[in-house]
Amino acid sequence: MRISLQARARPARAMVWLSPLLAAVLSVIGVSILFALLGRNPLVALDTLFIAPLQSSEGLAELALKATPLLLCAIGIAIGCRAEVWNIGAEGQFTLGAITGGGAALVLGGGGQWWVLPVVVLAGIAGGMAWAAIPALLKTRFNAHEILTTLMLSYVAIQLLGYLVHGPWKDPEGYSFPQTRQFAPDTLLPLLIEGTRLHVGVLLALLTVPLGSILLGRTMIGFRIRTVGAAPGAARYAGFSRERVVWICLLLSGGLAGLAGIFEVAGPDGQLTPVISPGYGFAAIIVAFLGRLNPFGILFASLLMALIYLGGEGLQVSLQLPIAVTGTVQGMLLFFLLAADVLINYRVRLLPARRVPAGDARHA
Amino acid sequence: MDARVAPARLRLANISKAYAAVVANRDISLGIGPGEIHALLGENGAGKSTLVKIIYGVVHPDEGGIFWEGDAVAIADPNAARALGIGMVFQHFSLFESLTVAENIALGLGAQESIAALTLRIGEISRRYGLAVEPTRHVHHLSVGERQRVEIVRCLLQSPRLLIMDEPTSVLTPQEAQGLFDVLRRLASEGCSILYISHKLEEIKALCEHATVLRGGRVVGECDPRIASEQQMAEMMIGGALPVAHRPAPAAEGKPCLIVDRLSLPADEPFGTHLRDIAFTLRAGEILGIAGVAGNGQKELLHVLAGERLAPSAAAIRVIDTAAGRLGPTARRRLGLAFIPEERLGRGAVAEFALAENALLTAWQHGGLVRGGLIRFAAVQRYAADIIARFRVVAAGTEARGDSLSGGNMQKFIVGREVGTSPRVLLAAHPTWGVDIGAALAIRQALMDLAAGGAGVLVVSEDLAELFEISDRIAVLSGGRLSPPRRTHDTTVEEVGLLMGGHTAGPAAAMAGVAHAH
Repeated sequence: MRISLQARARPARAMVWLSPLLAAVLSVIGVSILFALLGRNPLVALDTLFIAPLQSSEGLAELALKATPLLLCAIGIAIGCRAEVWNIGAEGQFTLGAITGGGAALVLGGGGQWWVLPVVVLAGIAGGMAWAAIPALLKTRFNAHEILTTLMLSYVAIQLLGYLVHGPWKDPEGYSFPQTRQFAPDTLLPLLIEGTRLHVGVLLALLTVPLGSILLGRTMIGFRIRTVGAAPGAARYAGFSRERVVWICLLLSGGLAGLAGIFEVAGPDGQLTPVISPGYGFAAIIVAFLGRLNPFGILFASLLMALIYLGGEGLQVSLQLPIAVTGTVQGMLLFFLLAADVLINYRVRLLPARRVPAGDARHA
Repeated sequence: MDARVAPARLRLANISKAYAAVVANRDISLGIGPGEIHALLGENGAGKSTLVKIIYGVVHPDEGGIFWEGDAVAIADPNAARALGIGMVFQHFSLFESLTVAENIALGLGAQESIAALTLRIGEISRRYGLAVEPTRHVHHLSVGERQRVEIVRCLLQSPRLLIMDEPTSVLTPQEAQGLFDVLRRLASEGCSILYISHKLEEIKALCEHATVLRGGRVVGECDPRIASEQQMAEMMIGGALPVAHRPAPAAEGKPCLIVDRLSLPADEPFGTHLRDIAFTLRAGEILGIAGVAGNGQKELLHVLAGERLAPSAAAIRVIDTAAGRLGPTARRRLGLAFIPEERLGRGAVAEFALAENALLTAWQHGGLVRGGLIRFAAVQRYAADIIARFRVVAAGTEARGDSLSGGNMQKFIVGREVGTSPRVLLAAHPTWGVDIGAALAIRQALMDLAAGGAGVLVVSEDLAELFEISDRIAVLSGGRLSPPRRTHDTTVEEVGLLMGGHTAGPAAAMAGVAHAH
């Protein structure tokens, strides 16, 4: 027997949205089996992972806090994907945004002027954009594929952050810990709800959902982006420049990732440390596809992913499970999503290993 | 009627097939005898494609039986069809772009033999049947016409006992079409049955001995095309009287609206054609036809005229009064240029976009469809609905996806969109290729009306009958050179055919032409 995938003539429209739900359900089943194998009661573990974080206002605030960077990064990634510009280096642009924004906070903070925080945030956006501009240049000039360049630049960015916090930017009064000084209060994002860590950045992140949707669906720029992605030949024919679309997509997604980075360090962290992200930039790729590259879908997907992060922390604390569980659940989610998508677009057929001569086998 | 005596090579009995909403085939029966050339006639959407897909195993019938040489068979897939001895040349080609001709053919054959041996056999077949193909070329460089020749050669290599030809002559020169008919007659005399799908009635009269006419998924008539008149067959197909294209009286000689002056351009692909010293003037109110076999520089000329490639100097191309050689497509459209490209889906339109969005593709600079960077969807819907109504595009409204339309209807929509921008210069590439009679007529009428309204129209086509019908002047593109345009009245099909054949008289000459272009 051999397995053959045959394209379906017309994939069901509803399945496009059922597929992420199916993937989520299958992940829950898969993770339950994993818990059982690890010797934990699956029901208790599932409760810790998915229910407990939602049962307190602090938990809900943390959920929104963690969804913020995921949402920002994923919206940018999704817009790029619609043009077939695959920015998978949001993690690096996030890190650069934290570095440039954080640098601005260290230099400008403390004077109490009103304009300092906006400048810090803009510096973060600019840092993310600058980091994404490198792959854009390499792609439009030398045809270097952005999947490679954006990914590799992520590791460069993480190394750069490590160098800064271990070296020139290290807090002289920090007992030699690899971290910067605490940012001054005038460079920190105001809290949205007192007593939690939730800051006003979440509102800006929410705003990108309708804005992203309008950009893609209602503006000429979005139309160009979608045309370049759907039919490059038609885009050339219509006079839509692919180079311009590559630049727009990378700068936009880099800027959003940079914004997520500065929100993280000028929000809950309040300083630069060697590790500022538990892989938000990479998890956002899953979020973008789970949300079907649609801004509203991405909003829900980012909440689910944030819940997995949050519940994963709970599992570490209360059930002594390793942090790798979080990554495993994310991986399962992506695996089941891709599998469900394949089955929506293709039929699996089992064929005999050898071709039988049609003359005698096919007679009805 | 001897087909009734001997068991038919292929017999279909009461075949029906319904898709979700549409019944594509209803109760279709027909028989094809050994060595018979059988025509399948019908407009687009009449059910011809579904029927041949059933025979070729691509689609499975809901009801009815298929009998191969008297035995009931279920044709599971194209491999099974090929194993029976059924070969098919599709209208939409199934070639892999990134592979060479020989590699594509090897894949289709599932052959064990080496590429080198296959290359020799391809050369042999292409010489024997006068079908110029170069086995080592990559398919993505090939024109539509060249791709079709590859498909034909691929089928012939399998020595089929039933050959299905879906609109095979639409991209051939008259001489080549005659050559193909000789091939088909020879195959038939060797005992191979041929199912010939076309809407060119003169061809069917010249070639076929039996015709089955489909309309709305049913068999509406059968005839002997050698006896029936073209008029009778056409009326059977469309189920009514035949409309006639009307050429408005030619206007007085207009002002030049597109001037190409000593345009030379090296090919941008390894097997492309260099354009050499192209010069012509298109005047307002006229239709200038450019004849020639695909692969002689048509693609290159159209790309440089539309601005997808830039000319070496601004002055080489003048649109109205502006030196436009260095302007891109958007700037040229702003000068009043419009362009109907050769490929419909993937270039002229986007398969997964709704018709409304497809209307926006080139019309976005016109009629307030976009304001301040925002798309005004109500206006876009109106624009698309207007095209659909004016050109009688058969579609489920402005939200129907591009790939839900038949080729002819998509082309009518694209023509409508380009004409709707009120262009002063229209470039049309193979505007009626693979399109049914009704749609072709509507498209030709639109081009003629546009010219009558004072626009200059440039039509690049391989269909000489069409060019002679609608053009005021005709030039021939061959080997990247353009012959001086001549008044249509002062030239003949034979004369133009000879100019076209200057590089394509035989496969040897065609290959020399390719080598020459390096």
